Formats: sequence, C-alpha cells, structure tokens
Amino acid sequence: MPARPLSPHLSVYRMYRYTLLTSFLNRATGVVLSLALVLLVYWLAAVAGGAQAQARAARLLGLPVMKLVYAACIIAFCYHLVAGIRHLVWDTGHGLERAQSRNSAWLVLAASVLLMLLIGAFAFVLAGRAP
Amino acid sequence: MSLRTPLSRVLGMGSAKQGVHHWWVQRLTSVALVPLTVWFVVSLLTLPSLDHATVAAWERHGSTALLLVLLVLVGTWHSQLGVRVVVEDYVPSPGARTVTLALIAFAHALLAAAGTFAVLKVALGVAP
Repeated sequence: MPARPLSPHLSVYRMYRYTLLTSFLNRATGVVLSLALVLLVYWLAAVAGGAQAQARAARLLGLPVMKLVYAACIIAFCYHLVAGIRHLVWDTGHGLERAQSRNSAWLVLAASVLLMLLIGAFAFVLAGRAP
Repeated sequence: MSLRTPLSRVLGMGSAKQGVHHWWVQRLTSVALVPLTVWFVVSLLTLPSLDHATVAAWERHGSTALLLVLLVLVGTWHSQLGVRVVVEDYVPSPGARTVTLALIAFAHALLAAAGTFAVLKVALGVAP
C-alpha cells in the first residue's frame, strides 16, 4: 500500500456537515438494504419450501430481536428511497446550488422520517406484523 | 495540445464509452426500484396475513410473480453495484479487495438465482 494519503481520508472531514452526513447515510442504508435482500430471499425460499418450511422459518423470523431488524430495514428503506430520488434529481442537473441542496437535505430528512413513521405504524401497530 | 494518443487519433474512434457504464446502470436500476420496492412494501403491509396459504396465493395471483422476480433481479443488481463501490473505497489492500469483490459478486448471483427460483416454484405450482 502506498504511503501517501488515499481517499477516503475520513479524518479530514467535519463529520457533522449535512453534505457528508446525507451521503454517508445513503451508503450506510444501502448496505443495510443489501443485507435485507438476504432476508427477502430467505423468506421467499421458505414460502417455496411449503407450509412446514415456512413455519420453521417463521420461528426464526418471529423472534423478538427480529423486530429490531425489521425496524432497521424500514428506516433504511425509507431513507435510501427518498435520498435516492434526491440523487436522481441531481443527475438531471437540478438542485445543485448550495441553498437548494441544503433545503433538499432537510426535505429528505423530513420526508423519510414521515415515511418511517407511516410504515412503522402500519407494520408494528395496525397490522402487528411478524411472519 | 491534444491529450489523445497517436493511436487513438489514427483510429479516430474516441473513448470506448464504457466509462459511465457502472454509473448508468446504477441509475437505471434505481429508477426501476422506486415503483418495485414501493409496490412490494405496500403489498406486504396490505396482505391480510403472512401465513403460508395467503402468501402463496398472493404469489400465484396475477402479475405478482413477475414483479417479484423483477424486484429480486433488479434489487440484487443495484445492490451489487452499490456494495462494490463501498468495497472499492474502503478495502485498501488490492488482494483483499479483489477477493471481497469476487465473493460479493458470487453472493449476489446466488441471491438472484435463489430468489427467482423460489418465486417461480410457487408461481408455477411446483412448490409443496
């Protein structure tokens, strides 16, 4: 490995800047969703395995600790969806000015938290869902 | 002064246009995943129950299986492109990076195949 500093040299950045924070969160939530994909395929395979296989899988998927996993998936999905749309808007060349970008960062935060609460309420309170 | 090599000037073809391929596919898959993931989440939340009979019936109904296969394939593709960039950025040693990238590619191919197979098994009625 070369001795020169290589990107990303995280220590030189102010971690609380909204630009860095929103970008980092998009990556982190993306990685969480990649792990959620494993869960999705596990669930689909359990359904394909028949009623007994699904009942066996449901014992694991129904563990109390899995509620935390589902909450993490919901948080990651909502943030990554809204922040991803912000990136797509940027890709058209719009919203790149500093003031617009600061506003859209707040908009992403507000919209994704709203979405989290909405989906969370549906999943955990109204439907009381656990497979 | 031109930065083009003499060979490229002779061939006159410019770049191979492959430089933006990763970027472009990441965008295409993200646009497709907006409706696919929203459809999936709304479907999960509105299913009357998540027991086997209900989920299997849902998978056999209409275009559910088609959309699920698309979700799995486009989702794993998008995920592979994204995780790949994270690994490229944060794994400094070339050897470890290559091995990690290979493992991630295999893992995503496995997820894509297993997810598609599982959906088709139910949809085509060969699941137990």
